[in-house]
Amino acid sequence: MTALPWMQHLIVVPVLLPLIVGALLIPINQSRHTLKFALGLGSGMLSWLVAVALLLMADGAAWPDNIGVYLAANWAAPFGIALLVDRLAALMLVLTATIALAVLLFSARRWDRVGVSFHSLFQFLLMGLNGAFLTNDLFNLFVFFEVMLAASYGLVLHGYNLRRIQAGMQYIAVNLVASLLFLIGVSLIYAATGTLNIADLGARVASLGAQDTWLLQIGASVLALAFLTKGAMWPLGFWLPTTYASASAPVGAMLVLMTKVGVYAVLRVWLAVFGDAAGTLGGFGFTALTVGGMATLLFGAIGMLASQDGGRMAGYGAIISSGTLLAVIGHSGSAVLASGLYYLLGSTLAMAAFMLLIELTERIRPPGAALLAITMEAFAIEDKPEDPVGVGIPGTLAFLGLSFAACAVVITGMPPLAGFVAKFSLFHAMLAAAPTDVPTTTWLLIALMVVGGLAAIIALMRLGVRTFWASGVVTPPRLQFSEAAPIGALVMLCVLLTVQAGTVFDYLGRTSDGLLRSGDYSQRVLGEPPVQRQPGVESTR
Amino acid sequence: MELVLAISVGVVFGAGIWLILRPRTFQLITGLLLMSYAVNLFIFAMGRLWVDKPPITPTPAIDPSQFADPLPQGLVLTAIVIGFATTALYLVMMIGARGLSGSDHVDGEEPRS
Repeated sequence: MTALPWMQHLIVVPVLLPLIVGALLIPINQSRHTLKFALGLGSGMLSWLVAVALLLMADGAAWPDNIGVYLAANWAAPFGIALLVDRLAALMLVLTATIALAVLLFSARRWDRVGVSFHSLFQFLLMGLNGAFLTNDLFNLFVFFEVMLAASYGLVLHGYNLRRIQAGMQYIAVNLVASLLFLIGVSLIYAATGTLNIADLGARVASLGAQDTWLLQIGASVLALAFLTKGAMWPLGFWLPTTYASASAPVGAMLVLMTKVGVYAVLRVWLAVFGDAAGTLGGFGFTALTVGGMATLLFGAIGMLASQDGGRMAGYGAIISSGTLLAVIGHSGSAVLASGLYYLLGSTLAMAAFMLLIELTERIRPPGAALLAITMEAFAIEDKPEDPVGVGIPGTLAFLGLSFAACAVVITGMPPLAGFVAKFSLFHAMLAAAPTDVPTTTWLLIALMVVGGLAAIIALMRLGVRTFWASGVVTPPRLQFSEAAPIGALVMLCVLLTVQAGTVFDYLGRTSDGLLRSGDYSQRVLGEPPVQRQPGVESTR
Repeated sequence: MELVLAISVGVVFGAGIWLILRPRTFQLITGLLLMSYAVNLFIFAMGRLWVDKPPITPTPAIDPSQFADPLPQGLVLTAIVIGFATTALYLVMMIGARGLSGSDHVDGEEPRS
């Protein structure tokens, strides 16, 4: 039989590797946490390498139209499940792997020991995330969402205390209901079109009858509700701030990534199904995205001003960033796609670094320490854990302050870092889309984004002043290299993103060009031939 | 048949919605269960309603209109398994919350009155 070239199998590695490693980690005794950590980190590094390789392949000439297709179990496209990697998917894989590496390293000092099975759950979360980015099948997307959510339920409760349980109950209940909506949406879409393959869906939309079109619209709207619950669009995002504020720092950083999965799913399905090729259905629902996104932005800005502690503030920050993305994509669609993706990159990296940083800065202030003590007591952890990774570094306060400032600058969109470049290019793209007569909604959206940035500045400045200047006796917290390095690395990535903005924008431009040619996707996915078995070599068993 | 199925799915789902809006965790989980039953039935119905039609056949040349759609049956199986697992997970968490907070209210504490 003619085997698939081994490079092709790389597409499925980001799903399989975390699954296998996560399963291997379960029987290993909790007391051997160094081994568990090493395995987890090894898997993380390998995933990162594979993700980068996929990115290079998607951007290179490895596949026609820069779209790689992997037919799971060798079933031809609309019948089996097809995994698909294009520039966007590869980019999200690299982002996930990068943040996952930073978070794993960060958790090495203490967090992976305050509860059981941290590393297994973490690997399963990665599997769900990677799968959701790679799959091209709506029902498979549901399965990967559930894998991701089930792991996140465990992780949100990680370091079991009353506060986490209270938040976790609501988080889980909301997401279970959202999953039911997901199922309803998927089955309605299947009833209308007879397919669940996203690329195939895009090819069939234009030729639907009137009744099926109705059904498809209802199905897609219900599906969007499920996605946007993850993406925290107002009014579906009420669960988010409480969950963020109560989750442990590494988990919070991963949650930031999970809100982006919701936005990614909306983007993926809408561009493929309701793109320009969809005939009368082209652009369906974009107005709802704009209005919802604007309301989300406003809600996030008000919430940011009202919140006191860092975790909650980070939650509202994530809401603002989701709202901005949804609103600009709904408003200007294809014109702002590249800038929107750049914004997504910058804000995700900065928010993840911020979530990790909050935990460290709270050691300066007493309330956080008190909360931590409860967790430690519940799990009978000795008060002074030995430090297997890293050594204490000097100048901790300077490091914390600088990182805090850098994150804040990116989140608020102030010059000179990536947040500013992103917002500026968003404004530019939105205004350039209508050169002569700028509509009122554009101005409204720009005003809202500026107001959101202002609210973030005020809130973060207040938090910074209270933490670093006004907290009275400042005892520099003991900081390990393994905790500082991930934050430093994420902040440096934000800087790099700014310095290399030209290169990144070139790549994102190619990404959005590719995404907009939705015909390529159906051609590639449906045209991918299964591996043929030669009759003579058939096994004789 | 369509009408009966539609009404029963609607009634079960409606009862589920009412229950998940209640304040006690037991009511919440019962509501989630009812809703997932209703959704499973709904997925089934999306493959159109058939009586006494086989879903698969070994003969290659067939008239598809004489066969039930096998895909929703596969979907429903997956949905049942996943729904079962996540509900079980929630049950564990519910018991944990009951033990730690001493209350079965969804907020994790009794409402202050």
